[in-house]
Amino acid sequence: MNELVLGRRALLRAAAVSGAGFGLAQALPAWAQPLSIGLVRPLATVSGNDISLAIGQVSVEVDGKVSRAIGINGTVPGPLIRLKEGQRVRLRVQNTLDEDSSIHWHGLLVPFEMDGVPGVSFPGIMPRSTFDYEFDLSHAGTYWYHSHSAYQEEDGVYGPIVIDPAGPDPVAYDREHVLVLSDHSPLAGATIYRKLKQMGGPYFNRQRMTLSGLMAGKDLTAQERWEWAQMRMDAADIADVTGSTYAFTINGFGPYDNWTGLFTPGERVRLRVINASAQTTFNIRIPGLPITVVQADGLNVRPVTVEEFQIGTAETYDVVITPEDRAYSFVSEASDRSGLGRATLAPREGMSAPVPPLRPRPLLTMKDMGMGDMDHSGMGHGGMDHGAIGIGSTAPAKTRGVDPTARQNASGELWKLTGWKETGAAAATATAAGMAGMDHAAMGHGPSADPATAVTPVDHAARGRSMPAPASAGHAAAPMDHGSMGMRDFANAPQVDRNPGVQTISPMPVDRMGDPGTGLEDVGHRVLTYRDLIALDRNPDVRAPSRKLDIHLTGNMERYMWSFDGVKMSEPAEPIPFRHNERVRVRLVNDTMMQHPIHLHGHFFELVTGHGALSPRKHTVNVQPGGTATFDVTLDAQGDWAFHCHNLYHMTAGMMRVVTVRPDNGDA
Amino acid sequence: MISLHRLPLLALAAFAGVPALAQDQAAAPKQSAPAALTCTPQHAAMGHCTLPKPLPAATSEPARQSQPACSPDHAAMGHCTAAAAPPTAPEATPQAQPACTPEHAAMGHCTLPSPAPATPQQVQPSQSTCTPEHAAMGHCSLPAPQPAQPAACSPEHAAMGHCTPAATIGAEGTDLPAGSGSAPPVPTDYAADAIYGPSAMAMGRHHLSLHHGGQNFFMAILNIAEVKVKDGRDAYEWGGEAWYGGDINRLVVKTEGEGEFGAGVESAEVQALYSRAIGPYFDLQTGIRYDFEPNPSRVYATIGFEGLAPGFFDVEGAMFLSDRGELIGRLEGYYDQRITQKLILQPRAELNFAAQSSEDIGVGAGLTDAEIGVRVRYDIAREFAPYVGVQYERAFGMTRDFLREEGESPGGFSFLAGIRFWF
Repeated sequence: MNELVLGRRALLRAAAVSGAGFGLAQALPAWAQPLSIGLVRPLATVSGNDISLAIGQVSVEVDGKVSRAIGINGTVPGPLIRLKEGQRVRLRVQNTLDEDSSIHWHGLLVPFEMDGVPGVSFPGIMPRSTFDYEFDLSHAGTYWYHSHSAYQEEDGVYGPIVIDPAGPDPVAYDREHVLVLSDHSPLAGATIYRKLKQMGGPYFNRQRMTLSGLMAGKDLTAQERWEWAQMRMDAADIADVTGSTYAFTINGFGPYDNWTGLFTPGERVRLRVINASAQTTFNIRIPGLPITVVQADGLNVRPVTVEEFQIGTAETYDVVITPEDRAYSFVSEASDRSGLGRATLAPREGMSAPVPPLRPRPLLTMKDMGMGDMDHSGMGHGGMDHGAIGIGSTAPAKTRGVDPTARQNASGELWKLTGWKETGAAAATATAAGMAGMDHAAMGHGPSADPATAVTPVDHAARGRSMPAPASAGHAAAPMDHGSMGMRDFANAPQVDRNPGVQTISPMPVDRMGDPGTGLEDVGHRVLTYRDLIALDRNPDVRAPSRKLDIHLTGNMERYMWSFDGVKMSEPAEPIPFRHNERVRVRLVNDTMMQHPIHLHGHFFELVTGHGALSPRKHTVNVQPGGTATFDVTLDAQGDWAFHCHNLYHMTAGMMRVVTVRPDNGDA
Repeated sequence: MISLHRLPLLALAAFAGVPALAQDQAAAPKQSAPAALTCTPQHAAMGHCTLPKPLPAATSEPARQSQPACSPDHAAMGHCTAAAAPPTAPEATPQAQPACTPEHAAMGHCTLPSPAPATPQQVQPSQSTCTPEHAAMGHCSLPAPQPAQPAACSPEHAAMGHCTPAATIGAEGTDLPAGSGSAPPVPTDYAADAIYGPSAMAMGRHHLSLHHGGQNFFMAILNIAEVKVKDGRDAYEWGGEAWYGGDINRLVVKTEGEGEFGAGVESAEVQALYSRAIGPYFDLQTGIRYDFEPNPSRVYATIGFEGLAPGFFDVEGAMFLSDRGELIGRLEGYYDQRITQKLILQPRAELNFAAQSSEDIGVGAGLTDAEIGVRVRYDIAREFAPYVGVQYERAFGMTRDFLREEGESPGGFSFLAGIRFWF
C-alpha cells in the first residue's frame, strides 16, 4: 500500500537516473550511495589518527544534470570523518585549486590556530599546497566541516563529522544514517553573489506578490500591499536564494535521485541531520513518523518528540525514529517553499514513499518586522517617520492563499509522481500547495475531486488564537509606550552605526526562541522550538553572566548589504573583545526581516530559554526575523575566533566579526 | 491575463467551502498535553515532577559526585541527575532512582547494566511506567489525567508551559540575571600572528576583508533599447547605465539618446558620475555630462540623485549646468508592476526643464518636454526581457517652437518594441 505506484514519467526518470547512476556511484563516498544498505555500527569510513583530504574540482550530477563543483577527495559532500572522543587526529588537507582554500571544523572545540578561518585563525591554505591540522577531540557528537574561503562552501566543499563518545552513548539506537542537507546550484557561488549584489533578493524570488494574485484575491490585500510598499519591504521576501536556482540535496542527491537509507522494521534508527547548505533554512518532516530529537548541534538533549523541526544553516540535529515495515519520505523543505529535498527511508531497496506537496509560501508579518506580538494594528498614527506602520492585520495573508503565478521548483511535482494521498486537514493544505505551485495541472488534476472547494488553505483554522476582527483593526490606535515605532529609529539601537547599510531597526523586537520558525506557526502539528530543548548534561558553567552584550543583526535588502551593528567586516570592523573565562549574556537583535543563523567559533553557548543549568548548548542559533535570541557563553578558549551569520552570502556581504578572547588583565 | 477576472470568483467559491474544513483542522488532535500524573519515582527521575518531599533545610552546594542509585548512563540521559538539578528538591533523586528497567532501556532512555544490548522485542507497554514521553511515542497509553500537582513545578516544566513556578528560588545557570560589568578594551594585536607570523596573517586578513564585504562589483543595464513607430517617422531610443564599485561609492556611466531612422542621431549624451549612497535607498551622483548631439555639443556639470521612493518607485533626477551657463534639469521615474512573476508592466515618465531659453540646445524656459509611457516586458531571464509599449511625448513652449523650426515632430504617440538587457 505504501509502495510507490510509478507514473510513466517517473519510470522514465528513474531509468535515466539509474543509467547515470553508475558514474555517479563512483563519485560518491560509500555512505552516500543510492539505495545504500544503511550503516550499522561500527562504520567503515574515513577514520583513524591520520586522515588525508584533497580539495579539488569535480563534476557532479544532481537529478540528472551535470555541473561543475569543488569536492573533497573527489566527492560532494566530502567523506564522512568518523573519529572517537579523546583521540588525537591529524588531518592533512591538500588544496589542488588555483585559489586559496581552507577547512573549518564546524562545532569542534579545537585550538584557535586549528580552526581554519583564513585571516582569523591561520593564513589559509595556499593554492597547490598542503596544511596539517592536528588536534584532540574533546567531545562527541555530530558535526561537519566546510571551506571558509570565498564561495567554496556553496560550490561543494563540505562534509560530515561524527565523533563517537568515549563511553557508552546515552542515545540507544540500532542503526544510523548521516543526512547532509544542502542547496546545489548550477551557478557558481560567485555568480549567485554577483546577481544578489546587482539586483538583490528579487533576482531569485519567483514567489513574489503580483497583480494576478491581487485580482485572484490571494496574498495581501491592496491596502496591505500599499502599506508594505510604503516601507519598501516585501512580505514575500523569505529567502534570497531559492529553489529557482537550487536543487535541494541530501547526501549530494537531488529529490529525484531519491537517496535511500535502509533499516530493519522496528529498529531504532538514528538520523544525524546536518544543514550544510549555503543559504537555506529547511523544514524537516517524515510524514507518518514522529521524530524524537536527541541531540542538537552535537550535544545531547532530553528526548523530545515532534512532527517537524526547522533547521537553520549550519545547525545539526540528531533524531531517533522507529519505522515500521514500510517506506518513508524524509523531506527537507526550504523555508520559502520554493523546493524540497527528499530521501527515502525504507526496509528494502527499491522502495519509495509518497512525497508531500510543497506547502504554500508563507508571508512575513509584523512580528517579522520587529513589531513584537501586535496582532492588532492601526499604528499608522503620528510620530512615525516615513515608514509608518499600518499593516491591517497579519491574518488575511494567511487565509487568502498564495499568488497563482508563484513558482516552485521541480520538486513540487513529486507528490503527483509518488502518489501522495491526502487525508483530512492535510488534503486542504496540500491542495493549496498545489495551487501555489502555479502548476495548472494541480488545479485540474489534483487529488481532490473539486478544486473549488479545496483550494483554500485551512491555516487560519489552525491558528486558533484570537485575531482581532478586521473591522476594528484600522481603528485600534493603541498608545505605544515602547518608544518610537518608526522602522529606522536609531534611538531603538544607539550602538548601531548610522549608514546606508542599515535599512531598518526593529522597534520592538521580542524573544522568538519559542517560535517554531518562519512559516511553521500554523502547520497543525507539533514543531520543535528552541524552548523545547533541554540539555542532558548539566551545563559545565552555571555562573551568572558578569555582563550583558547586545549585538544587532543589520542589513539592507535593496543593496544586499549585511552587517553586525551596521558595520561590515570589511570596514574594517573592530573585534568584539572578551576576557578569558568570563561569562557574558549575549542578546542578538534581528533588525532585518530575514533569518540569520549566527555561529560562534570555538565555543558552545547556552540558550537562555528558562532551563537553568540544563540549558541547551549550541554553536549556531537561528535568529528569527525581527526577533531576538539570547545566549550565555563562557569564553573559555583563548585566541581570535570568527563570529558570523552562517548564510554564506550574508557573511560574504560583511555579516561577520572577529571575537577576541584574551587573558583578564584586571582592566576596568 | 484574459482569464484573470475569473479567478476572484474561484477564490470566492473556495472560501465558501472552508468553514467545515477549518473546524476539522482546529479540532484535530494535537500533541497530547502532558497530563499531570501522580508523581511516580520514574517520572521524578526524568525531571518531570518532583516527589512530594519537603524541601530540605540545607540547600548545600550541589556537588557533582554521582549518587549510588543514579547510574552515569541514566544521568547522562537526564533521567536523573548526578548533581542535584531540580532546584526545588536537590536531594530528591536518590530514592527516586529506579534501576534501569527493561522498558526504559528499550526506549533508549538508559542502558541496561548488563552488556546485552537493548532489543526492540523488549518493548512492553506497561501502565505503571507509562510516562508522557512514552505515551507520546505511542508505546503505551496514559492513564486518565488526574488533577494537577501545584506543588511540583520545576523550571523546565514551567518553561514548557506545564505549570507555573511558585518562585524562582535556587536559580542557576541561564536562569540567573546578568551583571552589569563592562567590556574589556579592544586588543590591538592578532592572536594568530604569534603562530603563523605577521606577514602571512596580513595576507590572510586582506582576503578576509575582501571576501566579507570588501568586494567591488560591476553592472551594465540597457533599460531602454527600442524602436519607436510613429506616424511614418520611425525612430529609435536608448537609455542605460553601468556602474562599478562597492556598496557606498561607485563610478556610474549613463547614456541616453534618440534619433530617427535615416535622419541620424537627434540627441546623444553620456554622463560620468561619482555616486555615493547617502541613505538606505538613495544615491547622490555628481560628475559631468557630455552631449554629442545636438550640435553644437555641450559639456555640463551634473548633480543628481537616484533611488527607490516609498511605494517601490524608482526615481532619478539631475541638474545640469552647461559650459555656456545654461541650467537644465530632468526628473524621471518608473514603477515595475508584476502582472505575473515574469510579465511586468512598467509605467514610466520623464520631465525636462530649463532655467532659460537657449536656441543652441533647443530649449525654452520652464517645462521643455515630457514623456509618459508604459511598457510590458517578459522576463525570459532576469537579464533579458523583450518588451512592447506605447509612449506619448510632447514638447512645450519655446522648445516646441524650436522643434517645429527644425522640421522635427513636437511630440505625439508612438508604439515601442525593444529589449531590456543587463549583465
